[in-house]
Amino acid sequence: MSTAVAQKKGFGAFIWDYLTTVDHKKIAHLYLVSGGLFFLMGGLEAMIIRIQLMKPDNEFISAGLYNEMITMHGTTMIFLAAMPLLFALMNAVVPLQIGARDVAFPFLNSLGFWLFFFGGVILNFSWFMGGAPDAGWTAYAPLSTTSPGHGVDFYVIGLQISGAGTLIGGINFLVTIVNMRAPGMSYMRMPLFTWTIFVTSTLILFAFPALTVGLFLMMFDRMFGSVFFDVAAGGNVIIWEHLFWIFGHPEVYILILPVFGVFSEVFATFSKKRLFGYSAMVFATVLIGFLGFMVWAHHMFTTGMGPVANSIFAVTTMAIAVPTGIKIFNWLFTMWGGSIKMTSAMLWSVAFIPTFTIGGMTGVMLAVAAADYQYHDTYFVVAHFHYVIVGGVVFGIFAALHYWWPKMFGKVLNEKLGKWAFWPFFIGFHLTFFIQHFLGLMGMPRRYWKFLEGQGLATGNLISTIGAFFMALGVIIFLWNVIYTAVKEPKASADPFDGRTLEWSIASPPPFYNFKQTPLVRGLDALWIEKSEGKKGMTPAEPLGDIHMPNGSILPFVMSFGLFIAGFGFIYQVDNPVWLSLVFIGMGILLGAMFVRSVKDDLGYHIHKEDLEKGDGQL
Amino acid sequence: MSNEDILNPKQMPREPEKATLEGKNKFIGFWFFLGGETVLFASLFGTFLALRNSTAGGPGTEELFGLELVFIMTMLLLTSSLTSVYAMYHMKNNDFGKMQVWLGVTVALGLAFLGGELYEFNHYIHEYEFTFRSSALGSSFYTLVGFHGGHVLFGLLWIVTLMVRNAKRGLNLYNAPKFYIASLYWHFIDVVWVFIFTVVYLMGKVG
Repeated sequence: MSTAVAQKKGFGAFIWDYLTTVDHKKIAHLYLVSGGLFFLMGGLEAMIIRIQLMKPDNEFISAGLYNEMITMHGTTMIFLAAMPLLFALMNAVVPLQIGARDVAFPFLNSLGFWLFFFGGVILNFSWFMGGAPDAGWTAYAPLSTTSPGHGVDFYVIGLQISGAGTLIGGINFLVTIVNMRAPGMSYMRMPLFTWTIFVTSTLILFAFPALTVGLFLMMFDRMFGSVFFDVAAGGNVIIWEHLFWIFGHPEVYILILPVFGVFSEVFATFSKKRLFGYSAMVFATVLIGFLGFMVWAHHMFTTGMGPVANSIFAVTTMAIAVPTGIKIFNWLFTMWGGSIKMTSAMLWSVAFIPTFTIGGMTGVMLAVAAADYQYHDTYFVVAHFHYVIVGGVVFGIFAALHYWWPKMFGKVLNEKLGKWAFWPFFIGFHLTFFIQHFLGLMGMPRRYWKFLEGQGLATGNLISTIGAFFMALGVIIFLWNVIYTAVKEPKASADPFDGRTLEWSIASPPPFYNFKQTPLVRGLDALWIEKSEGKKGMTPAEPLGDIHMPNGSILPFVMSFGLFIAGFGFIYQVDNPVWLSLVFIGMGILLGAMFVRSVKDDLGYHIHKEDLEKGDGQL
Repeated sequence: MSNEDILNPKQMPREPEKATLEGKNKFIGFWFFLGGETVLFASLFGTFLALRNSTAGGPGTEELFGLELVFIMTMLLLTSSLTSVYAMYHMKNNDFGKMQVWLGVTVALGLAFLGGELYEFNHYIHEYEFTFRSSALGSSFYTLVGFHGGHVLFGLLWIVTLMVRNAKRGLNLYNAPKFYIASLYWHFIDVVWVFIFTVVYLMGKVG
């Protein structure tokens, strides 16, 4: 079966290869490219928002379009940009860091990607089909259940489909990390990035089903006439808020924990020291994951839950600052006395520390329930969550891309351009969002289309908009760097940064089977241990033998496409029952593909020992 | 392990569902999946509990529910869980024929349960005009119990597909994990029903 892996040429073959791939490294590319495209769309929406708010009483876009912009900016950035970019990193790195040849369920890995992708496409189809969702990214009922047109329907269906993909991905990584670690890699020898992905995947597993149910209830209300959120028929709109935030708060830890892992790897590598307080870091990660489920109602202090509930959620929220503080200090101590190299990856990581600390501090301010009555729904909140999400997640993704780019694409990103991208983005970020704290304290509400002259908000908003343009400039320079590196930079070595973990023990990019022989792990920072004993690479844990590999399949694409078609059917059957035919066709495609998957044996194939010996990674 | 050994093992191990890495992955992955399903049903239960007195002038749970049919349905489903245990017992003893028989009994019991549920829903709709759209109680009742019924239906289709697909070739290390996780799924459905029986029907009748 090794013919299946023979190099095919031509564009069609290239596309087919990516449509059918189950290789985690290629799926990482898919996540990166589509997440990157959605990131640019979300960025464009942000720029439009900032241009609208550039001056008082501006008429750049209409009020309705503005509502669509803020909704789609938030939804896109969280679900379609940050999540897939993090999934790109998980896919690219975790199997390599634990010494595995693939994830536990390669087929499901592909299915998870295509579900996310088609969900995102459905959501963005709304722009061309009568208007995007306009009820805010939190889609509170009854605003969302009574929003006219189909905008919110696209939100419900799009997120439902892409959410299913995320859940599948989460389970996949849990099993991969539990079952497929190389011999000798105990839990307390796992690199911290793998640890954070492990905890993140747990959060995905237990948080996303709440969103699934919330979205189902809203779907039933909007499309099938149920009355969950219709107060006249005994419904209760607060149920949506609870379900949304029971998902939504763990979601912010799903976003931030992976980049905590990234920073831990970057600080250790570029300070040439092992991570300070490894076990405290693991403990803090698990604790943050646990507490992440205990705090959802701090988004609802002004809903009227009463002083007891508000106090409890205020205290649990403040408690999260403790494990986070442990992490911040451990990163500082990792750098302390190290031989620090200020690469681009390091620059983003160092910039993260003060930025995220400011975001954390405003977080504790917001946790004070009584004071929150003043901050709630103002730009203070907007400033806070952009400090943690941009200053944390986006900075982390940039750091990770600089760090693992050679492992993903075989070339080190240009350092000079990397720094050129960093400075405008970093300065622009603080210009944009620092001033928003004060705009919020001065009383500027979030989500408002306009502010007026003489309210004292003009200068601050102008500064904020100027900052946004600097950020856009930084992103453009980064994109230019990607192109420049692909064309001009030389091929990278296996270990360009003198790394500490297993992914640096194999070629950049790795062969499709990753490890010719599974490595033997003798401690934390497995590769560093071998290097410090003067060895060139890892000691193999097994003799050279046949390698079992999974087969590629088009079925994940077909299944997701079936749901994509059914999604339109669900949305439009409200207008005319004829559209139900699309539901049946789409679900038929989905169930048919599932049936084929179930009855057709798929045992994978073996790469033979002889081919491995003569190919030497060049199969 | 070569593909030939997996499809035609010379000797079946004691736990064929966990004999291969794929089997082990499926086993633990499915447990994780059931963890997620638990949150899904917990959210539905929470919604139901919040809305269980929201009758909007229509019939309430005390008036609607009759415990006789629900008790019979509960017995059917509990028994089907037991018969699926018998099936797995015979799988571990490598007795394919008996496993198929007990899976068949499981499917029959599951079908009877579904029939009871359809009758019940039909009864509420036509006798009491209690529908998905008539009140928030109706919406949450049909959603919670309907989600469970949908799971039962999916489980039946799944088990039947496995039985038919493997009827001619018998047990091997490739399909043993598939049978095993289908039975895990069936147990989970049963556990959820125990909670529905308690929280929806018993509490609805007397609570």
